[in-house]
Amino acid sequence: MGLESLLKDNGFFTTTVDALAGWARKSSVWPMPMGISCCAIEMMAVGDPKYDIARFGSEVMRFTPRQCDLMIVAGTVTYKMAPVVRKIYDQMPEPKWVIAMGACTASGGIYRTYSVVQGIDQFLPVDLYLAGCPPRPDNLLNALITMQDKISRTKAADFKNAKLPELNVIQKN
Amino acid sequence: MISAELLNTKLKEQFPELDFEISEFRDELTLALPANNIVEVCKYLKTNPELEFIMCMDITAIDWSRRKDRFTVVYNIFSFKNNSRLRLKANLKNTDNKIDTVSSVWEAANWHERETFDMYGIEFNGHPDLRRMYLPEDFEYHPLQKDFPLMGIPDSIPLPKKENDR
Amino acid sequence: MIDNELKEVHPKIIQALLDKETDLSVEDALENEMILNMGPQHPATHGVLRLVLRLDGETVVACVPELGYLHRGYEKLAENMTYYEFIPHTDRLDYISPMANNVAWVLAVEKLIGIEAPPRAQYIRMMVAELARIASHLVAIGAFAMDVGALTIFLWTLREREKILDIWDMLCGARFTNSYTRIGGVSNDIPPDALAKAKWFIDQFDDNLTECEKLINTNRIFIERVDGVGVISKEDAIEIGFTGPNLRACGVELDLRSNQPYLKYDQIDFNVVTHSEGDSMARYFVRADECRESAKIVRQVLEKMPEGNIILDQPKKVPAPKTGIYTKMEELIHDFMIVNFGINPPEGEIYNAIEGSKGELGFYLVSKGEGSPWKCKIRSPSFCNLQGLPKLVVGQMVSDVVAIIGSIDPLMGEADK
Repeated sequence: MGLESLLKDNGFFTTTVDALAGWARKSSVWPMPMGISCCAIEMMAVGDPKYDIARFGSEVMRFTPRQCDLMIVAGTVTYKMAPVVRKIYDQMPEPKWVIAMGACTASGGIYRTYSVVQGIDQFLPVDLYLAGCPPRPDNLLNALITMQDKISRTKAADFKNAKLPELNVIQKN
Repeated sequence: MISAELLNTKLKEQFPELDFEISEFRDELTLALPANNIVEVCKYLKTNPELEFIMCMDITAIDWSRRKDRFTVVYNIFSFKNNSRLRLKANLKNTDNKIDTVSSVWEAANWHERETFDMYGIEFNGHPDLRRMYLPEDFEYHPLQKDFPLMGIPDSIPLPKKENDR
Repeated sequence: MIDNELKEVHPKIIQALLDKETDLSVEDALENEMILNMGPQHPATHGVLRLVLRLDGETVVACVPELGYLHRGYEKLAENMTYYEFIPHTDRLDYISPMANNVAWVLAVEKLIGIEAPPRAQYIRMMVAELARIASHLVAIGAFAMDVGALTIFLWTLREREKILDIWDMLCGARFTNSYTRIGGVSNDIPPDALAKAKWFIDQFDDNLTECEKLINTNRIFIERVDGVGVISKEDAIEIGFTGPNLRACGVELDLRSNQPYLKYDQIDFNVVTHSEGDSMARYFVRADECRESAKIVRQVLEKMPEGNIILDQPKKVPAPKTGIYTKMEELIHDFMIVNFGINPPEGEIYNAIEGSKGELGFYLVSKGEGSPWKCKIRSPSFCNLQGLPKLVVGQMVSDVVAIIGSIDPLMGEADK
């Protein structure tokens, strides 16, 4: 199976911290479901018994950004919504990744209009684009597996200077 | 269904000086009337026991672009009693795009008028809360006007900055 | 006095929230009133609805819904494309029941042109529209139950919904966002396996819905969370413009399927479900019962469905089948004209509404005789239903706001347009 097969008799095995952390990270990705429109419904379907995202260790959809490491932007991002998406992204702790789900997030999709941002990469760093309008749930699962591959290759040294996101709590005496 | 004749006689009786016109297309009644009389006519249509248009389904406007009287405000109302719809059309004079609000007649008109204001820039006099419905408050344009381009004005709504992320 | 912390909320929204004489500050929030921002990213707002609430302790004093976070400019888009090109866009209006929107749009355009689809196409449309209603209500019930804390229902209703999506998948190759209907008919005939699956679905649906209902209908926590919460009277509901299940939960018998029958609803036997309480529980009951009525309709449609054409043979308005286009000159010319210049309906204006799953879904079209509409207004039920939200939540607790939004079942794609 997993780690057990690598263990020596006395319980030792040698690896790098990066490999171990990467393995741990990729097996329990906590997605932030940034559900905005149609794609959110397919994202819901991924959680349902038929497709069952729990098989890949990502069933823990947290609606608070501070507990998440993968943001799935699902749906059309308008100019009015963009600051909100950005703010939620800023609140996620490092390391963090972004999946742009669906044609709208990747390029504006069929909405070439005054109010739709033509691709969220104008204000967010995107790690993976997922085609479809909306993508089928199996497609999203495929994206998650691909993403896990990237996550497992994360190097801890890249985040030496990473800070926790600031908490803007209102404090008054 | 309410017939055009009934509506005609009723309105003639109540508003002898009103300059209105009833037309029919695909079995739908349309009543065109001057913008200044809209509130009193709406009140009458709602309260008259034979008509009882108690539900305001929709309010919108049409931008005729190059006509002299550019905007027409369209009201779509419904009567349970007669199970029929009626469309009111009020032409605005080009000099001012203002019309009285009917939100005192139907409460539902409130948001519809806000939407029309947002999309066409038509101001509703006496509206309790005339704000933009959809677009950000500091957006200057009214997108459904015919001279507004489909792709909008570049940089009219700011996007958040993309800082030096990884 | 407005404090600095409130500067992210636009002053005009604050103004709408306050009375003229209210003095509000963030200091001593526990003793004074305070402002709570809910959404647009919130698990219980069903999308990107934003509510700004003014609270006294835990009681809601005032509520201002802020829309537009999903405003995609449909009406502007419609003015810039032909009637055909807009069909895929209607899918994404009410994205839980896309088939019903397709039907609404083509019915409006057909009324404008003055044509009518063949009977078989009308029956197929009726079937898919009712399946869409079931799918939508299932999500509504599941999400509503999840909002008040019953997660299992959500998984179970989604399981049922997946079966409907499978039927659509067989029918036109897309799970949802189908774009199945065409002006003058539907895109392709129902394959026999889809018909068989639909029949199987209807047969087993009733038991499965009962199973779901058993979980919550006798659950004391659920009942106490929703019973008597968010009451609206009949008169208020009409005044504020409620339609659909929300209006019928107040005891008003308005259902366009029976009031102003379109398609072939006049040949189908079904009841209009009404409840008189007007609270969140009544709205939930109306949805559950409507699912059963819809299943009844689908069963009758399957029995009565006639044979025949599925699309109108009128090459000037409706593109001919591809085999005809590739082999006959006449059809090729007409197809060229339709693709390039559109169908050019006569000058005029129409309003056509159907009973969508959320309420009256209408399209107001103004034509100047060109290929694209001069003006297209979408009368979306969610928008009008949301307008009643402040009326419902005032005087309730914050936690009830979540239950009330769930019970109104707004869909932002439709409300924001």
